Amino acid sequence: MSEIHRPEARVEPIDSTIEPAGEPAKNKKVEEASLLADAWRSLRRNPWFIISAVLLVLFLSMAIFPQLFTNNDPRECLLGRSRQSPSAEHWFGTDVQGCDYYSRVIYGARNSIAVGFIVAIGTFIIAVLLGLVAGYFGSWVDAVISRFTDMVFAVPYILGALVFLNVLESRGVREVAFVLIIFMWPTMTRLMRGSVISVVNSEFVLAARALGAGPITIMRRHILPNSLGPVIGYATVFTGIIIGAEATLTFLGVGLQLPAISWGLQLSDAQPFLQTVPHLLLFPVIFVGLTVFAFMTMGDAIRDALDPKSKK
Amino acid sequence: MTQSQTPAGFTPGTRPGEVPLLEVKDLQVEFRTKAGVAKAINGLNFSLHAGETLAILGESGSGKSVTAQTIMGILDMPPGKIAGGEIRYRGEDLLSMDEESRRKLRGVKIAMIFQDALSSLNPVLPVGWQIAEMFRVHRGLKRKEAKVKAVEMMQRVGIPGAEERAGDFPHQFSGGMRQRIMIAMAIALDPDVLIADEPTTALDVTVQAQVMRLLKDLQTEFNMGLILITHDLGVVADVADKIAVMYSGRVMEAADVYEIYGRPGHPYTQGLLNSIPRIDDEGGRLRAISGLPPSLTDMPPGCPFNPRCEFATDRCRTERPELRPVAEGHLSACHYAEDVYAGTATRTRRPSPTGAGMIDVSEEAPQ
Amino acid sequence: MSLSVPAAADPFADKPSVLEVEGLVKHFPITQGIVFQRKVGAVKAVDGVSFNLREGETLGIVGESGCGKSTLAKLLMRLEEPDAGTVKFRGEDFLSVKGDELRRLRRKIQIIFQDPYTSLNPRMSVGDIIAEPFKLHPEEKPKQGIRNRVKELLDLVGLNPEHINRYPHQFSGGQRQRIGIARGLALNPDVIICDEPVSALDVSVQAQVMNLLDDLQKEFGLSYIFIAHDLSVVRHISDRVGVMYLGKLAELGTQEEIYTGPSHPYTQALLSAVPLPDPTLRGAREQIVLQGDPPNPANPPSGCRFRTRCWKATEICATQEPELISRGQITQLSACHHAQQNEKIIPAHS
Repeated sequence: MSEIHRPEARVEPIDSTIEPAGEPAKNKKVEEASLLADAWRSLRRNPWFIISAVLLVLFLSMAIFPQLFTNNDPRECLLGRSRQSPSAEHWFGTDVQGCDYYSRVIYGARNSIAVGFIVAIGTFIIAVLLGLVAGYFGSWVDAVISRFTDMVFAVPYILGALVFLNVLESRGVREVAFVLIIFMWPTMTRLMRGSVISVVNSEFVLAARALGAGPITIMRRHILPNSLGPVIGYATVFTGIIIGAEATLTFLGVGLQLPAISWGLQLSDAQPFLQTVPHLLLFPVIFVGLTVFAFMTMGDAIRDALDPKSKK
Repeated sequence: MTQSQTPAGFTPGTRPGEVPLLEVKDLQVEFRTKAGVAKAINGLNFSLHAGETLAILGESGSGKSVTAQTIMGILDMPPGKIAGGEIRYRGEDLLSMDEESRRKLRGVKIAMIFQDALSSLNPVLPVGWQIAEMFRVHRGLKRKEAKVKAVEMMQRVGIPGAEERAGDFPHQFSGGMRQRIMIAMAIALDPDVLIADEPTTALDVTVQAQVMRLLKDLQTEFNMGLILITHDLGVVADVADKIAVMYSGRVMEAADVYEIYGRPGHPYTQGLLNSIPRIDDEGGRLRAISGLPPSLTDMPPGCPFNPRCEFATDRCRTERPELRPVAEGHLSACHYAEDVYAGTATRTRRPSPTGAGMIDVSEEAPQ
Repeated sequence: MSLSVPAAADPFADKPSVLEVEGLVKHFPITQGIVFQRKVGAVKAVDGVSFNLREGETLGIVGESGCGKSTLAKLLMRLEEPDAGTVKFRGEDFLSVKGDELRRLRRKIQIIFQDPYTSLNPRMSVGDIIAEPFKLHPEEKPKQGIRNRVKELLDLVGLNPEHINRYPHQFSGGQRQRIGIARGLALNPDVIICDEPVSALDVSVQAQVMNLLDDLQKEFGLSYIFIAHDLSVVRHISDRVGVMYLGKLAELGTQEEIYTGPSHPYTQALLSAVPLPDPTLRGAREQIVLQGDPPNPANPPSGCRFRTRCWKATEICATQEPELISRGQITQLSACHHAQQNEKIIPAHS
């Protein structure tokens, strides 16, 4: 059976040394491929990666340089043109206040994506540190960290955020991100811990210990590079989840506040007019949906590419 | 690559005037991988009669396990693909049969045991229940009758306290006992052909001996044809009647067990026999075969063994040798089979000191 | 049966010991509970093992799975801390040293692992893997530069030095094992512990690696502890052999003594079960079939641990634990009250 499970390992050994002296060595160009280079090559061939990459580049440039996409000022609102339908002048129509809806949706990308990135980076750092320590040291260190993780995990983030954010008077990107980090780090931490545990008993870790390497060296050189793959993939997916979560919280009235511009706020404002002016809801939903989709697809592609076992 | 490896009508182990239990003709199996098409089996021929033990001997990547899976019809397709050939069970071609009739044979007339008994048994069901299921599903027995039969089978394969242990789960048994349970399930429906894929590789040597003995006894009792797939030259010598030596998806040599061990007619077989350390020999340096098996996606032209062969000539590097008779009932796929068989082949190269390559004999200083 | 095995001259008799192991014990506690663990028993993985290893010698350790041979390897490498016993490296106590002293001694004892697929870090290039010992022990930095030394090592183990930038997954099993050997050799060790180094390899590649180990031993005067379950492989490579059963040595002697005149019933059973690659010997050998499975190492039988499966067991075996000593005229050490050599287990090879 083993020969079925590891076709690649058997099929592709590169054996210039075994080539008989009588034959001229084959001039096969063997790529000096690191696993990262391998991952990049498989990503480039993945159509889903290409699609999500194009979408992400689009949304990121929207967030960073909204001026590139629109000349209208999203804050220039004339009540006289309230709730207009999409037209050549206002592509997405206008909202209740009479602001140009297209520019508001474009400018909304920044806050949503900013929350996504801040939370993803924050939870990534927490998850990697806690997961690494828990997985590597095991025993009581692991027990304490894991139980604590489980406790936080047991609180639904919406409940936690509702309670915390309700107390705060003014809520900006910082506050929302902070609360989301506090309630959303456990999933990734558990993933990291599992990933570390699957590596920590490998013989190459034993080999490093036998050579006299200390815990820091082992974690840095042997465990981190081999356990980060799934976590990096998940962090990308997670960014998408957070963008959805920010929209949810804002919609529920505990997220960002006016006069900030965000997709969540637009959804919240559009709700009463669902039947009369449906495009007010439609456009932010499409944008939120596409952003979340792009991050999740990208995350899946990255995780598959970084996992040597998933290669077929 | 569709031409047969052997002349038509000539398959190893043919007994005149008798339809063999199982007959494999010119079987070809491919795998699609990222690196290209891997020809896992490249023209395989053999036949098996009742009461006979055929050993398929080979290293990993030689195609021996793929052979077993193809005969059983459990090959993953894709990536696998049967590119040609026939597998005849009592004269009927399994490959052209519809899935329904094939399923009626699988596990009933042709059964298989695997190397890893723990992962082949369902961990959440009692072993007695799993054996009894065979009788319920295929024989339509009632729960109680099936249970009685299951305990009988467990007793037959030598599980002490079978009645009490029928309710235990797979993880509660030792490796040897689990392998016995697998055997009990495989022979429960009295199959004609039993395929054993590395049945004792995961077992300790003392347990391995017990399990092999059990298999051999059961074979005699039920008059089964046994296909033993293994890399272990010791086990093969102990139980096989005839042997097919596989390398890179092809049969290199096929003959009676005494012939293979006594007078190998292929340099690969010879190399294998020379390279293993023997327990009855403290010996000096082992005569290792240099190099590695070729990649299945990038086979050398000519004989697949030529880069590692001590007797290889230019002919071996260009022309693929057919499997042909060198003696009565002895087939070898080597251009110089007769010389190798007679021990008069000319050595053209020898392994380099590190064992990683070959050195031409002509380049050496004369001794 | 009389003593017909002549006590062959021991070629290592006048060589100094590099490794002296005395009364090594390792019990793994069996615990219950997750946060508050309580001990409910102990698996006696290694339970009083003593031997010495001399310069240039190979000591083979054989035994079936669960006999404690892999734990023994980890104890000798200080990858696990033993509960009792001493390990002396050239007279220095290896188990009590700390800090720089430990690092210095670690350089002298290296290990080669069984699985060439998991013993190399897949994210490091071959050059980095073999250079790691020099990074961890900067004082051993080679004069010619790390990269050149790594290339030398690759060449030494029969790999192409040009492949220094490749990654482990680009090599086959046998080649990966060669990489592991190169890493083990980097710091010029005196002792290499080989934990099943060839059992994951194909037959034809196995012989290459065994020959390589043989050559390296001769070239560098290395001492090996060769742990394996394959009795033929162990006989081939070892000068002396220890047979382990349930955490203890059952028999210890020269390769010749153990294989041609085994005195412990367990050794005899083990050897008689090894199939010979020769069909003409079918049925010619008497096979000793052991009853049952090895007992649970958490709860071994009293007295002699083999008595529950032994056909020679008497009362004394249940009450008194046999010591590993030389008995009567038997030259090897045997832990059996009824030790008796049997020369017919393995027929002489023509």
